[in-house]
Amino acid sequence: MAELWQLSIHEASQRLQRREISSLELTRSSLARIQQVEGQIQAYLTITVESALAQAREADACIAAGEGHPLTGIPLQIKDLICTKGIRTTCASRMLEGYTPVYNATVVEKLLGQHAVVLGKGNMDEFGMGSSTENSAFHPSHNPWDTGRVPGGSSGGSAAAVASGEALAAVGSDTGGSIRQPAALCGVVGLKPTYGLVSRYGLVAFASSLDQIGPLTRDVTDCALMLNAIAGHDPRDATSLPQPRQDYTATLGQDIRGLRLGVPGEYFTPGMQEGVRQAVLAGIKTLEGLGAVIQPVSLPTTKYALACYYIIAPSECSANLARYDGVKYGYSDQAAEDMWGAMEQTRGHGFGPEVKRRIMLGTYALSSGYYDAYYRKAQQVRTLIRQDFDRVFAEVDALVTPTSPVVAFPLGDKTADPVQMYLIDVCTLPVNIAGLPAMSVPCGFAEGLPVGMQLIGPRLSEAALLRTAYAYQQATGWHEMRPAI
Amino acid sequence: MALEPSEVQHIAALARIALTGEEQAALGQQLAQILAQFEILGELDTTDVLPTAHAGDLAPDLSVLRDDTPSPGLTTEDVLSNAPRREGQFFRVRAVLEE
Repeated sequence: MAELWQLSIHEASQRLQRREISSLELTRSSLARIQQVEGQIQAYLTITVESALAQAREADACIAAGEGHPLTGIPLQIKDLICTKGIRTTCASRMLEGYTPVYNATVVEKLLGQHAVVLGKGNMDEFGMGSSTENSAFHPSHNPWDTGRVPGGSSGGSAAAVASGEALAAVGSDTGGSIRQPAALCGVVGLKPTYGLVSRYGLVAFASSLDQIGPLTRDVTDCALMLNAIAGHDPRDATSLPQPRQDYTATLGQDIRGLRLGVPGEYFTPGMQEGVRQAVLAGIKTLEGLGAVIQPVSLPTTKYALACYYIIAPSECSANLARYDGVKYGYSDQAAEDMWGAMEQTRGHGFGPEVKRRIMLGTYALSSGYYDAYYRKAQQVRTLIRQDFDRVFAEVDALVTPTSPVVAFPLGDKTADPVQMYLIDVCTLPVNIAGLPAMSVPCGFAEGLPVGMQLIGPRLSEAALLRTAYAYQQATGWHEMRPAI
Repeated sequence: MALEPSEVQHIAALARIALTGEEQAALGQQLAQILAQFEILGELDTTDVLPTAHAGDLAPDLSVLRDDTPSPGLTTEDVLSNAPRREGQFFRVRAVLEE
């Protein structure tokens, strides 16, 4: 018989509601799984055993009282840059090693409102900056399919936890691919919603115009259930969309006959691995077999997205991270006598190399004499990239691309050269630049490692993306593959 | 190609980050390498193209301000609970005004 930690959210939820299992049993099973494999995976920065067990007991009481929701009693992991009241939130940075939030992020409040269970906080690249979790100030995470390889990043701890069964699902964040790329590399489902669909209140800011919270799950139904729970207007986030609530599971199971899917040639880059290309092309064939109409499209501005992103994201990061001054919270260097010296030493010691690199890059791009050449130019290119997407979405309903041009790479393989690491996100960053929704679904294997297929849609097309991904998943079963660990 | 050491120092001073000599040398190289990647944007004619500041620009319904109604906020103790240095109800800072 399968262990409880192996259940999907929808399976576990049904059994909880029928009182066949208790949340306490389920949570204990997940915690036992963590104990079993965490030494090899290192997906967590904090594990909250006591509060998880207390939440599980409350969830069981709720269900007994007939007040259960779809996520009641479900053990989840939260990425460690999402504020959790009373649970330290480090952003995988020395700067926030001892920081304990005094409030919950809106998404955490929503999950706790449904009496979900928080198992702990997910490892990540420091402040979300990276594609492998090797930029965590504490330790890298390991890919459950091959522990010598990275799980991707920045939500690498989240993807590794979901793939290895250390949580039924996780909440991550995506600024340039940080949900979708690790989901692809670990063989799980990851969704970056439309900018503004999920509240960013309590998400520690990296690049505010690009950041978005979203779920990582084992299958598409779970993804829809998680989105149901976290989406919705929040007056505490000025960029939150005043959208009416909707049930993203409602259209799952509907067919995709006649759906127009565009395949942008620019996303099949010369540098991509052949096995990845083959897996994604086979995925497209499957979608065609399900009745979708496949047509080639062109997004000529794709090749400018990387440069555009690496001006805009570091610029916003340099402004957002100015708050770490060693006065209000976080690491504070006490050696220096004067105010500026203390601030400079605090930031020099508290931030890791990639964070310093991006703050420096952003400060450069925003500095006097360079602003127009870099930041303003990038914002104008952002307009052109957005118009490119608008144009193709007049012809097609969604786009199908690879999520990452490569499968999971060995730890240490790309740490020496920042530009090589940045190139990993070439298929995911344009989506954040344009504020669109996109998801990664498992579509096979190359060299024994999972490959992800990305679906990109126009603004607020999450329901259509999920319906397409569900139809694909039901036809292939890739989502049922599990690492041997 | 690398940025001039004086340029790296200038940016570090603007960003208020103390860097070791080793870090300055590495960043001088790396920033120049990354900036070289940005030259590709010069291929695009952006005369008369309006800048997009954030995805909210794409939707007129974004950036809605909430009503200004009073509600309970964090307590002083909450706000000070993570302070590296405090004195009573205040954050303790080093002298801001120099003699």
